[in-house]
Amino acid sequence: NSNGVGDGETGKPKLGGDTQSSNGPSGQFLARESIESPSKVLLMLVAGLSFSTRLYMITEPPHVCWDETHFGKMGSYYINRTFFFDVHPPLGKMLIGLAGYMSGYDGTFPFIKPGDKYENQNYWGMRGFCATLGSFLPIFAYLIVLELSNSCTAAIIAATLLIFDTGCITISQYILLDPILMFFIMAAVLSMVKFNQQRYRSFSASWWLWLVLTGINLAGALGVKFVGLFVIILVGLNTIWDLWRLLGDMSLSLVDIAKHFLARAFALILLPLILYVTIFAVHFVVLNKSGPGDGFFSSAFQSRLIGNNLHNASMPEYLAFGSTVTIKNLRIAGGYLHSHWHLYPEGVGARQQQVTAYLHKDYNNLWVVHRQQDNNSQSGNPDLVRHGDIVRLEHKETTRNLHSHLHEAPLTKKHFQVTGYGINGTGDANDLWQVEVCGGRKGDPVKVLRSKVRFLHRATGCVLYSSGKTLPKWGWEQIEVTCSPYLKETPSSQWNIEDHINPKLPNISLSVLKPNFLEILLESHIVMFRGNSGLKPKDNEMNSKPWHWPINYQGLRFSGVNATEYRVYLLGNPVVWWINLASLGLYLTMVAVASIATQRGFSLEHSLVLVRGGGLLMLGWLLHYAPFFTMGRILYFHHYFPAMLFSSMLTGTKLCELSTMKNQLVLNTVRNSLSLLFYLFHPLSYGMTGPLAHEPGSAMADLKWMDSWEF
Amino acid sequence: RWGMSLPLVVTAQVDLLLVLVSLLAFWTRLSHLNYPNAVVFDEVYYGQFVSLYMKRVFFIDDSGPPLGHMILAFGAYLGGFDGNFVWNRIGAEYPSTVNVWSLRLLPALCGALCVPLVYLLTLELKFSHLSALGAAVLLLLENSLIVQSRFMLLESVLIFFVLLAFFSYLRFHNAPSSWLILSGVSCGAAVGVKYMGLFSYLLLLVVASLHTWKLIGDKTISHMNVCVQSVHRVLCLVVVPVLLYVFWFYVHLSFLNRSGPHDQLMSSAFQASLQGGLSRITRGQPLEVAYGSQVTLRSSVSQPIPCWLHSHKVNYPIRYDNGRGSSHQQQVTCYPFKDVNNWWIIKDPGRQKLVVDTPPRPVRHGDVIQLVHGMTSRFLNSHDVAAPMSPHTQEVSGYIDFNVSMPAQNLWRVDISNREAESEVWKTILSEVRLIHVNTSAVLKLSGVSLPDWGFRQLEVVADKLFKAHSSSLEWTVEEHRYGTSQEQKEREAELHSPTHIDVDRKISFWAKFVELQWKMLTVKQEESEHKYSSSPLEWITMETNIAYWLHSSTNAQIHLIGNPVSWGVANLSLLAYQLLAVVYLLRRRRGLKDVPDGVWDQFVCLGCVCVGGWLVNFVPFLLMDKTLFLYHYLPALCYLYLLSPALLEHAHTHLLSSVTHQRALCVGALAVLLSIFLTYRTFCPLTYGSPELSAHQLQGLKWRDTWDILYRRR
Repeated sequence: NSNGVGDGETGKPKLGGDTQSSNGPSGQFLARESIESPSKVLLMLVAGLSFSTRLYMITEPPHVCWDETHFGKMGSYYINRTFFFDVHPPLGKMLIGLAGYMSGYDGTFPFIKPGDKYENQNYWGMRGFCATLGSFLPIFAYLIVLELSNSCTAAIIAATLLIFDTGCITISQYILLDPILMFFIMAAVLSMVKFNQQRYRSFSASWWLWLVLTGINLAGALGVKFVGLFVIILVGLNTIWDLWRLLGDMSLSLVDIAKHFLARAFALILLPLILYVTIFAVHFVVLNKSGPGDGFFSSAFQSRLIGNNLHNASMPEYLAFGSTVTIKNLRIAGGYLHSHWHLYPEGVGARQQQVTAYLHKDYNNLWVVHRQQDNNSQSGNPDLVRHGDIVRLEHKETTRNLHSHLHEAPLTKKHFQVTGYGINGTGDANDLWQVEVCGGRKGDPVKVLRSKVRFLHRATGCVLYSSGKTLPKWGWEQIEVTCSPYLKETPSSQWNIEDHINPKLPNISLSVLKPNFLEILLESHIVMFRGNSGLKPKDNEMNSKPWHWPINYQGLRFSGVNATEYRVYLLGNPVVWWINLASLGLYLTMVAVASIATQRGFSLEHSLVLVRGGGLLMLGWLLHYAPFFTMGRILYFHHYFPAMLFSSMLTGTKLCELSTMKNQLVLNTVRNSLSLLFYLFHPLSYGMTGPLAHEPGSAMADLKWMDSWEF
Repeated sequence: RWGMSLPLVVTAQVDLLLVLVSLLAFWTRLSHLNYPNAVVFDEVYYGQFVSLYMKRVFFIDDSGPPLGHMILAFGAYLGGFDGNFVWNRIGAEYPSTVNVWSLRLLPALCGALCVPLVYLLTLELKFSHLSALGAAVLLLLENSLIVQSRFMLLESVLIFFVLLAFFSYLRFHNAPSSWLILSGVSCGAAVGVKYMGLFSYLLLLVVASLHTWKLIGDKTISHMNVCVQSVHRVLCLVVVPVLLYVFWFYVHLSFLNRSGPHDQLMSSAFQASLQGGLSRITRGQPLEVAYGSQVTLRSSVSQPIPCWLHSHKVNYPIRYDNGRGSSHQQQVTCYPFKDVNNWWIIKDPGRQKLVVDTPPRPVRHGDVIQLVHGMTSRFLNSHDVAAPMSPHTQEVSGYIDFNVSMPAQNLWRVDISNREAESEVWKTILSEVRLIHVNTSAVLKLSGVSLPDWGFRQLEVVADKLFKAHSSSLEWTVEEHRYGTSQEQKEREAELHSPTHIDVDRKISFWAKFVELQWKMLTVKQEESEHKYSSSPLEWITMETNIAYWLHSSTNAQIHLIGNPVSWGVANLSLLAYQLLAVVYLLRRRRGLKDVPDGVWDQFVCLGCVCVGGWLVNFVPFLLMDKTLFLYHYLPALCYLYLLSPALLEHAHTHLLSSVTHQRALCVGALAVLLSIFLTYRTFCPLTYGSPELSAHQLQGLKWRDTWDILYRRR
């Protein structure tokens, strides 16, 4: 009972001595017989270790690390109530903002780039909040495994693996969404497992409690990142399985089954949905000032935001010749009609100036409306543009005309290319467009912001169209604009006039139709999904592949590159990860052998235990890992961590099975190597300086076991 | 069924229905096969490979494994095609020397054979001859399948093998026999024709493992027997297809032994194994690189095109556009074309000589060398100056002494990274070498960035200190090589201009070639661009899209890939109906209400596994794909639905409808649907066969959907 492994200066409390008691034969006996007494003590121990490893050196390094630059910034936006756009749902950032607010952070730090010093800002609150949520992960793992396997040994193994995994520590210690997401995922799984245990006490208070808690945590998980969808699928499959079991139970009447079904539908579908929507409602109420994300949204949406030029807008009401305008596509996240001093590259249609759709507000979005033959010396009141009029749109910055011709568009080959052509107003017949107000008749004026306008190309009869596809690098990854020969009325071919400047016309205050909440919700979701699928890996960027992850192939630099800098490197504790990998294989083999044996009619002692507890965890791992193989977006190492939680829990149950057979030997080996490796690798999490591992004189000298590790 | 007994009497049972549908299938697929006498749609794509086969020139096609191309090429071979035709545009007329009929024969035969196969497959699913006839007729009168079969395209071949695989597997399952081996062969063939065959193959494996699982659970069979049966299945359904798949490549590679347009995508060793091309240049090169050797160094990264270490008599600009300064020394780049400026000479730093000693002193791993540019005699140099495009790395230059206290740092250490596999001695083509700068321990590397106009858009070469350990952008191989003999610069220039010589033969094994080719096929990415007729998978279900295959050069005669809209609707309806019915059955069975007897239930489940499963595996993956997709990708999935419809109808007729009047109504309904299928088939025939020519007005009438793109010629 006294084989405390060297602890060194990390402040890591003793592992060996304390856990030994439960792992000894007597502890095992106790665990099997009654879980109550040792589990309380063990739980306290797990909690203590977990909090101390996560909160240790929480304020180091005192500069912005990796994605803190995004999420810290977004937390500040909440404190400042500034509207922004992000591809993730808002709950995580809201909580970060709240934590910052409560701990006295005033939202003034700009979070410009990783490496910026925090100086006197109160950033510890946000980090501490994330680390606190991260500290719950081992505790939840302990409780889940305890429920599933009824064995304290298994539970303590799972918790230990997570406590001493350098990767889990690192990812919990910074202002990131991941600890929050994983907190909700694990909480949802825990409530689900607890709920499953209540199956013989249907509709009791605790039954309802765990059911509702499951629903709440599902909403939380989805509210932080869309990855939360995977745990929803896990719970969904579990629920379907549960209902299927109930349906086969002939002692229940159909009415009972309907009750069961409705209770689950309420708690697991309706309740999370309501909560999820509420999160967004809070998001929109809190963020009421104009900010960097405005351009992603429709004109109507922008008019809600204080400080936006459309908020209580005042501009000439009807479009007139000579006006300077911005033209926005009506497709959601459609962008402004845009052009710039760059030509289409060789081989992409004619080598003329690019015309694109651009999501940000910019001078290059300004166009001037001219007559077919322009006489600039207009006097008096300018004429209004009416339905059916022929116009020429001149790009303000470059004085090129909006032009189309019978060349293939760059991406949508069925459409024609749109370019900027001519200079200072002189162009050709291909520069003429006919304005049509949708649903209007000849002679109707064009209302700013409210009219849906189509631009028909005179020469070819096609209609100005935004395909929504992202152009390659030569087009600065802006959105393609084409001229579509199919005259369908879709939002892609409809535009509205957003800004309208004409000094010769009186400005009229416009109250734009305010969109209702559901419209805002839908719009923001479409914008988020577009944004997400738009995150394509760049050509020269290092791209992490899903198969790298379980083998701990390559980590992520959180901070610092050079020898002189304070470096933090996100990398799993190799022994934890490789044991996880091995036990996955072990589990599959055992299941295969056991099920074939059962099918052949042999009865195995452990076969049922094998399948039951592990199946759920295996499914959880698979659901949180496999989908990444099909994703086209850019992937990072940290995407694997939710799956890693499941595989660690699975390892807990498997090692426990082994240890009963192999008399503690396995367990002791694992524990000893785990603590040794944690001691060796702890600088990855808590920071290191000095030479890199492959250079002489480094503290990490012999630890670069894989060439792909970069510390 | 043939039975034989004494005295010698042969009794033959012929299913006349089967014969009839087969004859009709041959007639619809094979009549007027050589019309139109012009390149139709993707014939332009497959044709080029057929030509290359005829000329035995090596090529890579990332669209699929080689069996499909080989089948097409076999057809061409039968017709005596010599490969002399330029496949450059759709609609180009074939000259009289090309036997169009034989080019299109094999796909058409496969397409025709699908019809009797579907008939037999329905029987094996244990449905009646009437259902089988129904399925066969649906396939027979499907315009899109006819179009796809009648040209030099691969979908009909794929569908044929897939159906054959399922038919022979089910026949084996119903009455164990040697049919299983045929199933395995068909699977291998299906995957060999198109990767898409993999979906059906995996489904077949799932079905087979379910059946095997039941077999394992059957306690009346002895353990030994179960083992033997399982091994038998694994052998036939896993080992045989895998071996066959490799075999297609073996044939492919042994056929195509001449160098051609795609050589440059392959490694030097691979290229050297092809006749002509690199092997002509490199044949007889000295194997071991020695001091004084003249070499070209090829970067191991061949994405997208290979390039060779290059220098020329132009210096880096003193200041770049962004204001940073350079060393103003001679440019060193990577150049994607063969050029005399790609030659470098290996020099011993300790000696002045630039010629090879007798005997030659080979360069080994760890040796320090200098590299002298052949045409300009500048030394390859690197120093602590930021590279032009990648400022975090070091510039590499041809050293010029401007007397500005910037000393020459031109020593490089040779690091042979595959020395365990090859040898310590630097070998031509085989050794992968890193050149490590002695002063700074940076590694010579292709950064992959193009230089601007001042660098002639060639690729940037840098020396990088912070490198990834395993990166092929660091490695260089010697491609062309000869022992230098002239010490004088003028003579040497003449020598560099002359071609290389001497003889040795180099072989790489089939496995190395197979692995390299397969890897290249899976990783070569062509620029994704949308095609005029490409479509998204969801459009296929409702046939929102069509593809114009061919338009007569002067008239309105045209061929389109358009399915039979009525059959299409029937297929979708039966898919929905099956799913609904399955859910209702399942829920009721769970509550102990058995609507149908267990035997029928098993038959129903088997139907679903094969048909609905087949539709799912051949449709759903496309939803996740980034590729450019076309309507014809849906055809395999569609065939499964045509199998499903009549069988489901029979099921409804015998097990769902109890009253005779309902049954009669169903029959009448089915007949009416069949009739309308026939009529729509007739209506769309002109677009299927390309004749007779229709007027613009008639074409307008055929435009049943707004989204279809039918062509009108302005007169």
